[in-house]
Amino acid sequence: MHFHPLTDADKDEMLKEIGVSGFNDLLQGIPSVLRHPKLDIPAGLSEFEVQNLLKERLGLNQSQSDLLSFLGGGSYDHFIPSAVAQIISRNEFYTAYTPYQPEASQGTLQTIFEYQSLISELTGLDVANASHYDGATAVAEAVLLALRHTGRSKILVSSSLHPHYRQTIRTYLKGTPYIMQEFAFDENGQFSREDFMKHLDPQVGGAIFQTPNFFGVVENLMGVSESLHEAGALLIMASHPLSLSVFKSPGEWGADVAVGEGQPLGLTTQYGGPYLGYFAVARSLMRKIPGRLVGITQDSKGRRAYVLTLKAREQDIRRERASSNICTNQALCALTACVYMTLMGTLGIREVAEINLDRAYYLRAEISKLPGFHVNVNLPIFNEFVVRSDKPFARISEILKSHLILPGINLDEFYPEMKNHFLVCATETKTKGDLDRYVEALSQC
Amino acid sequence: MNIPQDLKYTKTHEWAKREGNIVIVGITEYAQKEISDVVFVETPKLGQQIERGKPAAVVESVKAAFDIYAPVSGKVSKVNQSLESAPGIINEECYGKGWFFEIDMSYDDDWNQLLSADQYSDHLKQESTKH
Amino acid sequence: MLISTDSRTSFEKSKPGRRGATLTSSRCLDYQPVQKISESLLRKQVLLFPELTEPEAVRHFVSLSKKNYSIDTQFYPLGSCTMKYNPKVNEWAAGLDKFSALHPFQPEETVQGMLSIFYDLEQYLKTITGMDAFTLQPAAGAHGELTGIMLVRAYHNATGQGHRSKVLVPDSSHGTNPASAALFGYRVVELKTNDRGRVDLEVLLENLDDDTACLMLTNPNTLGLFEEDILEITKQVHSKGALLYYDGANLNPLLGIARPGDMGFDIVHLNLHKTFSTPHGGGGPGSGPVGVKKRLIPFLPLPVLEKTAAGKFTWNKDAPQSIGRVKSFYGNAGMLLRAYVYIRSLGLEGILKCSEGAIVNANYLRKKLKKYFPVAIDETCMHEFVLTLKFATNKGIHAGDIGKRLLELGFHAPTVHFPLVVEEALMIEPTETESKETLDEFIEAMIAIAREIEEDPKVILDAPRNLPIARPDEVLAARKPILSYRDLVREKALQSDGVSVS
Repeated sequence: MHFHPLTDADKDEMLKEIGVSGFNDLLQGIPSVLRHPKLDIPAGLSEFEVQNLLKERLGLNQSQSDLLSFLGGGSYDHFIPSAVAQIISRNEFYTAYTPYQPEASQGTLQTIFEYQSLISELTGLDVANASHYDGATAVAEAVLLALRHTGRSKILVSSSLHPHYRQTIRTYLKGTPYIMQEFAFDENGQFSREDFMKHLDPQVGGAIFQTPNFFGVVENLMGVSESLHEAGALLIMASHPLSLSVFKSPGEWGADVAVGEGQPLGLTTQYGGPYLGYFAVARSLMRKIPGRLVGITQDSKGRRAYVLTLKAREQDIRRERASSNICTNQALCALTACVYMTLMGTLGIREVAEINLDRAYYLRAEISKLPGFHVNVNLPIFNEFVVRSDKPFARISEILKSHLILPGINLDEFYPEMKNHFLVCATETKTKGDLDRYVEALSQC
Repeated sequence: MNIPQDLKYTKTHEWAKREGNIVIVGITEYAQKEISDVVFVETPKLGQQIERGKPAAVVESVKAAFDIYAPVSGKVSKVNQSLESAPGIINEECYGKGWFFEIDMSYDDDWNQLLSADQYSDHLKQESTKH
Repeated sequence: MLISTDSRTSFEKSKPGRRGATLTSSRCLDYQPVQKISESLLRKQVLLFPELTEPEAVRHFVSLSKKNYSIDTQFYPLGSCTMKYNPKVNEWAAGLDKFSALHPFQPEETVQGMLSIFYDLEQYLKTITGMDAFTLQPAAGAHGELTGIMLVRAYHNATGQGHRSKVLVPDSSHGTNPASAALFGYRVVELKTNDRGRVDLEVLLENLDDDTACLMLTNPNTLGLFEEDILEITKQVHSKGALLYYDGANLNPLLGIARPGDMGFDIVHLNLHKTFSTPHGGGGPGSGPVGVKKRLIPFLPLPVLEKTAAGKFTWNKDAPQSIGRVKSFYGNAGMLLRAYVYIRSLGLEGILKCSEGAIVNANYLRKKLKKYFPVAIDETCMHEFVLTLKFATNKGIHAGDIGKRLLELGFHAPTVHFPLVVEEALMIEPTETESKETLDEFIEAMIAIAREIEEDPKVILDAPRNLPIARPDEVLAARKPILSYRDLVREKALQSDGVSVS
């Protein structure tokens, strides 16, 4: 095995040094009935045999490189500059552990600091952490933060919040004294202000608004933070991060917490993970934010140094009194996002958002011209929108498959009342030719 | 070890000073040294009811977090705001500027349960022989 | 000097107008959609990103990478973290388009290859651990623990034992154990370890009752010792109707040697980034699959991977007793793929070589170092052992200082000040992917340090001198948090106004 350097001679010499006659002598502490179970694992493969196996197995997949995909819904196909993969593949980043030894981890620590700074810019909030597992878990942790901070028991979420996020919150709250209540959206997919206000009672510790929401609609949150703050509750916002260079930031809307899926910031869709959850809070909540934080200080010679800080909040110190059990962050994914945002720069991050808008608005307008398909062209969107079809979605999906097109996400899986509604996404990676091909294929349904 | 005679103490290393029905609370020099550099204090909220022997505040150093227990039961009537921006004063002046909060005491009897300076000094000696 | 001393952020290297990526000038519409969107929805706040060209950005990050220690550049004897080599073929696989360009909402028929890999990985993890079923959903070890605790609660609730409110953990456990249990309202009781560093059966029995929901255990424990009474422990815990939770952080030395399932554990979480060689990436992403015994299968998180009679793979998203979804989509797929590649590369023979190498390397180091440093519990260990530096404190030297001196000598530091049950702990885990030559170099360095403790403690206390920074002021960092570039700008402005900064 080419990963294991000990030769038989090494082993013999080392066992002799240890003072035992054979390896099994080192296992004496393990009850003999437990020792050496029979494992059902196939024989090892050489590197090229493994490669052949992988090509064969993964060859059974069709990816977004084989199919023209209009899938979004929390995972997006965005352009990623080649330099991103090159940089994150640097062994010193890739194979380092958590930066517990700052003197030997300035690289990782500084990139996390820069990542925090970039997320803070995007969200317009003061303090961002080093990242969470993904959008859903970041939202769930934000819920726990809001309820603990306010000492309240109820969290409100819009029914247009990503279904996986709502399901994850429900899982996290099961068996705790906390409950989640949903408020409705209207016929346009925008949150119902009336229903929201109806649910806002003194037990509410916070409310989550996603914008653009799961249906792609950019919400108007005028007055929402005021209502929540008056009621002693927090505003939590979840957004597609690239939309924030064009649309009002959580900070501008008066949010206390901004969380969401960071995958669009330079990560491939890779069948759902690893992604990263971004997490930012207003300064007043700095001590309540879960997860790692990197700060700047000085070394003993007065030079700038980057360190993990405010550590006394975390599980390795507070154990059962920690506010979160989170240990790892998604450091490599945060690095990916950091490199991506740095390469895009102020100009690129704005331009990519504008191209998303261009593609989505164009595609929606073209589909609106097709008989049998219905869209609302008046709603503000970023890169996704809902299409209602007169024909069954299964049939549309079948026909588009023959054109090698993935038409979108079937919404009745999540909203049974939304029969034959599907969610269509068009990012900057789509050309006009791609969009026209899609519209042409739909017209044949 | 400085243990002022005019204060009362707890086994968990808080000091208490009485002014009428108001009890001022801080931590002792021993505690301050054990904790080392204080970087943050989570104080109780003004008006909060706290219970004798229950955690009322948290003190953080770089590497640890310590509970600070209420020496008497009552309502928090004042909190030392300067701890927020300058927690280091706990290390510098634990019996003075580094006080934590004031309690409007609920039961007079709580006061009598506290240790005198001599009793606390004995307690410290006992603790050090245990180690 | 090869390593740059420049510690400026990308923001400080920025020049307006530069950019590191080009997009496209082609537009589908002859107008800009933003012009049709209500002003009240649009961002007015200035967005300040660094502005660098591609070569500048690349140089910035590559020079930062050189300020890191990593397994590919250094020996990394970090106890409990299993810093083994990450085979490069894993990365080759994860970079394939047929994986990386898969969208999680793709129809199942287009991802059968991926699902077959998940399915096989579940089978391998089952046979390795002796469990009956696995979920691949949890995103990290701590997330696996959270999932495990949810399973404990769901199981007790379903069997009319919902009143059980107590979780037992040894005082040598990882901090995530009590934190995970407390997060769901369990009262955590720490069991004092016996003087052989193991669970004290008497203490266990004193605390074990009808109110106990589960015992969380790491085996071998954080002292690197196998819990010899494990069969008695699991028997006793089960006799009180409680469950046993296995923290898989230390599974590496047991690969093919012993299985948590056979020991009697009901729930197991694994750390694929430890035992199964997925890269640590500077602190994540990890992956924390959870295995269970049959009686807990109905409660596993959604979705559940199933194989139909026709041999097709499908996600079951509707199991009535399930705890529900624990994250978006399907776990950290990229990490799962790497672990699968690793297991296929090793095969049975290679797997046995992992545990053998890990145990031989650890015991060799322990034996060689014990002449110079007391071992906390000096017995045959598994994959790691703990030294105590208590003897050096009278010279003003603590465990952490030894770590700093090792950094200076070109080794990553061992885990310091953990487990909490050992004073001045230095926890050393070499892993199987280190050669005898590397271990011998490390031993030499440690012997030299032992001499320095006696003869020249200052050389240890002043370390490290040859790294990008000397020891940082962590108190200042925590008292005056500077957590973003904007904070830094503000702090600098204050400084130049002469307002503050101690």
